Formats: sequence, structure tokens, C-alpha cells
Amino acid sequence: MSAQRLPWSIQENPLLSQWVDFGEPGIAKIFSAKVELGQGIITAIAQIAAEELGLPMHQILVISGDTRLCPNEGYTAGSMSIEVGGNSVRTACIEARQAILERAASIVGADASRLTTDGGRILVDGNPSQLDYWLVAPQVDWKRPIRGTAAPGGAGRGTYIGKNVARIDLPGKVVGAAFIHDFELPGMLHGRVLRPPSQGARLESLDQTRAERLPGVVTIWRNGDFVGVCCEHEYQAVQALEVLRRAARWNEGESGFPVYRSWAECLTSLQSIDSESEVGEPTVAAADLRWVSATYSKPPLAHASMAPSCAVAQFDGERLTVWTHSQGVFPLRGAFAHALGMDESRIDVIHAQGAGVYGHQGADDAALDAALLALQVAPRPVRVQWMRDDELAWSPFGSPMVVKISGGLTAYGKIVDWYSEIWSGSYGRRPGRGAVNLLAAAHMAPGIPFSDSHEVLGSFAGSARNAEPAYDLPHRKILLHSIPGLPFRTSSLRTLGGYANVFASESFIDELAHAAAADPVEFRLRHLSDPRARRVIETVARISGWKADLERGTGRGAGIGFARYKNTAAYVAVIANVELAEGVRVSKVYCAVDAGLVINPDGLINQIEGGIIQSISWTLKEEVRLADNSVGTRSWGDYPILRFDEVPELAVELIEAADYPPLGVGEAAHGPTAAGVANAVTQALDFRIRDLPITRERIISATLRTS
Amino acid sequence: MSISLLVNHRCCEIDIDNADTPLLYLLRDYLGLKGTRFGCGTGECGACMVLVDGHAQRSCELPAGSVVNKTITTVEGLGQPDRLHPLQQAMIDLQAGQCGYCLSGIIMTAAELIGKSAEPSRQRIVEALSKAPNLCRCGAHARIVKAIEAAWQKVAQGAGR
Repeated sequence: MSAQRLPWSIQENPLLSQWVDFGEPGIAKIFSAKVELGQGIITAIAQIAAEELGLPMHQILVISGDTRLCPNEGYTAGSMSIEVGGNSVRTACIEARQAILERAASIVGADASRLTTDGGRILVDGNPSQLDYWLVAPQVDWKRPIRGTAAPGGAGRGTYIGKNVARIDLPGKVVGAAFIHDFELPGMLHGRVLRPPSQGARLESLDQTRAERLPGVVTIWRNGDFVGVCCEHEYQAVQALEVLRRAARWNEGESGFPVYRSWAECLTSLQSIDSESEVGEPTVAAADLRWVSATYSKPPLAHASMAPSCAVAQFDGERLTVWTHSQGVFPLRGAFAHALGMDESRIDVIHAQGAGVYGHQGADDAALDAALLALQVAPRPVRVQWMRDDELAWSPFGSPMVVKISGGLTAYGKIVDWYSEIWSGSYGRRPGRGAVNLLAAAHMAPGIPFSDSHEVLGSFAGSARNAEPAYDLPHRKILLHSIPGLPFRTSSLRTLGGYANVFASESFIDELAHAAAADPVEFRLRHLSDPRARRVIETVARISGWKADLERGTGRGAGIGFARYKNTAAYVAVIANVELAEGVRVSKVYCAVDAGLVINPDGLINQIEGGIIQSISWTLKEEVRLADNSVGTRSWGDYPILRFDEVPELAVELIEAADYPPLGVGEAAHGPTAAGVANAVTQALDFRIRDLPITRERIISATLRTS
Repeated sequence: MSISLLVNHRCCEIDIDNADTPLLYLLRDYLGLKGTRFGCGTGECGACMVLVDGHAQRSCELPAGSVVNKTITTVEGLGQPDRLHPLQQAMIDLQAGQCGYCLSGIIMTAAELIGKSAEPSRQRIVEALSKAPNLCRCGAHARIVKAIEAAWQKVAQGAGR
């Protein structure tokens, strides 16, 4: 391994001591900034460390997401935690073991090649010595940079990698306290924040007198359009919030967000910043081609986490400590320093687990809410929890998107030209050093407004993720219209643009197959030379009993979707079976996955299953609705998600590919599932619905239009 | 005012401002029983399910005054790490969770169901969780249903012996 090929996290945090610590006898501490989001990353990282150090799992302690102790690895995002975070821990552990063995060799006066390990004990020629990791560790120079030159020692002999190790964090979650929400510190107060009724609303007046007289109210703090209350008990804070809500007079301004009939009409009429990328040359004989064109859309989506955002903060007069379920403790610390005008060195940000979130939701905002209130009531700690409507209305959304694709087919049914045009808001507005991007900071006076970000092809362009299909296309051109001025906050949500782009391109591939009178499976294979891509498609077709030439319009259908997430992560092919009754019912989903070397097969299948189910929910049910400047979907009634009786049977097959590096899967199934469902619905209806979600109402109105 | 509750076979006296305070806040904030979770506060997600006289109920909507003299069981009362309830054990055995936030509420809905009948039925599990309703956002549904079925079978076999 050459130094240039060191994982990014190690390049940024090169010292061995930043990753591994043997200071506590019998325990190897592993430091990682990748945090548990319910995806099982802590368990996977512990498996990797156990394997490379040759220690049992119970001797590994993963410390994650703590700015006091952990390497700065940016965010836990983009299905990169195993690829980068896991690989970094692996590299560090291999090198740590080698450093200990080299030191031990000089202690016992033997050549290092004669030394091996067994569960932390050091063996010489296979015989026990007096030494173990913890005895030698104090004599190792841990401040040395990781070179990445140590050969994998195979210390664990495959005991943990590729094995179904049970999640470390799950037992605690089924018996009691386990989440940031459950934190209890001595003297802790409970806070709530009054959010404006709509975007851009200004607080004209607030009569605090009634709220101040309520039992348990310790402080009410107003700054600009930010209002927070702290109480001795939680329900007192809930009640005080309602009293404050009634006592607040807001100026909501005059102009609401214009009403559009569709996202296509809306997004294509807004001002955009455009960029394009092109590979290959347009076909010379373009006039002889058969051209197909279609436009698809996806509404804004909410994270809709099971739990509202929550944080705990404490200021002791000198240091500010914040416990948060943020996905990036280091970037958040940078944003805090800016927002609070406080030196970063006086702020500790520590991750604590929250409910599943799928990108940038309200965790970071809640952390600033808690910090601001903690500064008012110092040194008492404050726990702030959002209410359900805050969570659905004020967490950033995944941007609405419109994707228009045109394709040129030869007489032999080959695609030679592909044009993709994308309209989208930004997916990259997380808090960080560069931009604060926190709600309370924007609402306070004078206020730090949200960054007006847009995306450009060639640099970070989350909205163009997977815009380029994985097929062999001689000429393809992508045009991105990035819209900076959406009147609601958009940011990272699982897959970023990948979900909409794969939904669109894989729907479109089926439209092209239909135009070429080809079977959708065969048509895909016709355009794929990558053997790993072919294999997932062939596998899913086989396990699902795929049949070409099924009759269309019978009310039942099967459809396929395929993508390699980001064109660099896992390969996933999905075949969905649907039935039309009261709307779409997905009855069975088959899936084939190639994720390279798999650390934890059951954990990976769990992620894929979750991705499939969440994608069906997005595809059939979910849409954030706006009313004027305000979010209209504020409860589970307004924003329904898939229920237990709507979940299909699942069959996931993992393809053996252990010779390849591990690939992220957390976001890999969403796009293929959406396309598989949409293609199956098309077969069942004999016409296509190109706007998500595919609801019963949409099917009825489309049926009326076509008949 | 003082209110007295019977929670997990323990009698608890609590000083609260008024009897309308939902049971959820009493359990979490006054009794330190954090396994019962806030999800929505409006009875739409099932994260806060507890057993009241053996029936699964949403504690975010139950005024404290309405449960005086009733038997309340939370997930902590169902089982602890050293003696897990078969439902808790099955969730771990089948890795039936991702973030796990919804699980304690789901376990309580399932606890009522499997306590009522000796005949395990996947369809009844799905119906009970849909009707409650218990929501899951990470997509662990299929595993959760399998885990409840496995626990139910274990309990039914135990009862039949």
C-alpha cells in the first residue's frame, strides 16, 4: 500500500494515537468519528478492529463522534463509513499491531518475523512470551504517522470479518434508556423552542407575562425571532411552549410561495445556475435515430425520523459541552464557534445516539437550541427536544427534482445518445466552518442567514448523483439546473439526487426497451459490459423467476431497477411485484447485491431491506406539501409513511465478491427499488406514471386522462 | 398535587402540577423509565406504548389521572438485561431493528397480542401493528414481524408444556 493510497481519514489524521489506544489493560480503544445512525457502523468498526488486532469483540471499545478524543473525519454520510472510516480503522489497527510486534521483537531480542499474537498475547516461535499488547504499548511511539505499509497480518484469521456479529447497541435499546433523548444530568432543565409559523415570519411582539407565571418556568429567552423556554420538568416546558405560541404575534409577510400545478412547472420556471458535462460525441447519423423523451418528477421528502431532534448542552462558565445526534461533530463545532463567537477550543461536541435520520435533519439545529439556552441558565444543563410538527416542518427536506431524459435508439435497438436535464435545489447545506446553516442562528438578531448554495457539475453536485447511468453509452450529456432560491430549506437526505435520478433513468430505460420491443432485462444486459453489473441483474432475474413478454394492463406487474450507487459503491438490482387494488400494493421484492468484501452479511442485508422498504414508502406515499410559505405536512396524518400491512415480502441475495474492496450499501437500494416499483406499475396499468409519489389519486386521474 | 401509580409492580407517589399530565412524562421525567419513548405526542406512531391493565395504550395521550389504581407495565417491567422477555430476546436474536427507537413501543403492542392467544399468527401481528399504529422509519418491519412470531411461538410452546 503506498502512502498516496491511504484512506482520506488517515491522510487528515495521520498519527497512530489518533486511532488506537492500549492505555487500559485488556481493552483496545478505537477512535472513530463515524457515528451510529442505526446502520450498525459501530459494530462493523469493532469487527474490523477485532479482526486486525486478533482480539475478541468484548476487548474492543469503539469511541465515536467525540471532538475531545476522535479523529476529525467530517460527516457520517454518503455510504462512506465502511469504505473510508472502516478502512482507516483497519489500516490503523494493522499498523498498531505491527508497531507493538516490532517493539516486542527488540525487547525479546528476536527477529520480528518470529513473533505472532494470540488474543493480545505475544508469541515467539508460536510459544507464549511474558509480553502482551498492553505491556509493550507504553514503549511504542504512538505519535508516529501511519504509513500504510504494514502488510495485513491476518491476526484474526477471518474470525470477525464476513461474520454475522450481533449489533452491540441493540440490546440496550429494547430494555430502557439508550438515546440522547434519555439523557439525564444532575439539575438538568427541559427546554422547548417556539418556531415561527412560516418561513421568513418575523416576531412582532411576545407577551411573556402568562408564560412566566406557569409552574416550573425557569427562564424565557428571546433574541430576534428566536424564543426558548426552560422548565424544571419536561411537560411544563411543553405547556409553556403552547402558552407562548398563543402569546406571540408574527408578521408573516405578504407574498406566499406561488402555487404550481406540478413540480415540473414549478422548478423549470425558477431561476437556476446551469452547468453541463458531456462524454463522447453526438451520433453523426442522429436523424436516423428513433428518439424517445420523457420527464419525471419527485416531490420534496422529509426525513420523518421516528424521534424529534434532541440535544443536551451545559456551560460551566468556561467550556460549552454539547451532546448531539449530529452526523458531524467536528463541522458542527466549527459552526458553533462562528454562531456563538466562541473559540472552538472551548467547545466539546459529543455524539449520542438518536433515532434513525437519513442525512442532514434537525439534530444540528436542536444542538444550537440547547447550547443557546444552556448559556442562559449556566451552569445548569438543558435538554431540548423538538415537537413532532417542528421535526416535520423545520428539518431540512430532500429537494424536489425534475428529470427530463431524451435517448436516441438505433434501428438495432442500441442506445447511442443520452441527454439528461435535471432541475433541483441543493443537497449540500450542512453546518460547518464555512457556513453556519443553523436555524437558531438564522432566527436570532442580527442573524446569520442560510448559505445560498447551488451545485455545479464537476464539483460537489449531490443533485446529479447517478445522473450518469452505468450503461455503455457512446454519447451522454448532463445538464444541471441548480436552483438556489427555493423558499424552503433543502439539504442532504439519503441518496441525495440518486433516488430521483435512478428512478428517472431506470424508468426511461424501460421506456426505451418498450420502444425497441425488447425485454427490459435483456435490454439492460445489451448495454452493460461490467460483469459485476450484469451479474446482479442476471441474479435478480433468476431468483424472481422473471418472464419476458408478460401481458400489460392486467392489474399485476413486475418491474426491474438497477444502479451502482454513485457509480462507485454497491451494485444493486431489484425486481418488484405489484398488484393494483386500492392503489399500488407491492407484494414481493427481490434484490441482488454486490458490495465487494462484506464485513457483516446480516447487517448489510438489514440495510438493504431497510432501503427497499423506505424507498417503497417514498415512492408510493410521501410528499411534503406547502401552503403559502408554510409547510402543510406537520403530523403523521399529513405525512403518512409505509405501515406494517403495506410491507412486501423481501428476498435479498448477496453476491460473493470478497476479492473486491468493501462498498457502501446504506443508500444503494433506494433508486433501483423506486424504478422497479414504477416499472411494475407501468406493466400493471399499461401506461406510465412519471410523477412521484404513485398514489391512488394519481393513478385514478391518469386513468381518466388516458381513457 | 400528589398522585399514586402502580408501575412495574411498584407503587409510586409523584408530585405533579395537574392530573392532565400525560403518563409518558411521568414515566420518563419523574420515574426515570426512559424506555417508553416520545415520538409524536398525538397517538399516531406507537413509540410510547405501555400496558395498562394488560392492554397496549399510548402513554402520550393518557392523562395521569386516568390511570390511578391501574396496573402499568413499561418495557423495563417486561424484562431486564439479565432476564429478557422473549420479545426482547427475539428482537436481539433476529437483529430486528436499525435505529431501534420504535422497538419498545412495538414490543408492548406485541406483548398484549401474544398474551391474548396461544395460536401464533403472522397476519394478526401485522394487523395489530398496523392498527395500533406502530410506525418504523428505518424499514425493519419484516424482521420485526418475524421476531414477534418467533417469540410468540416460544411463549406458546412454553405454555403448552
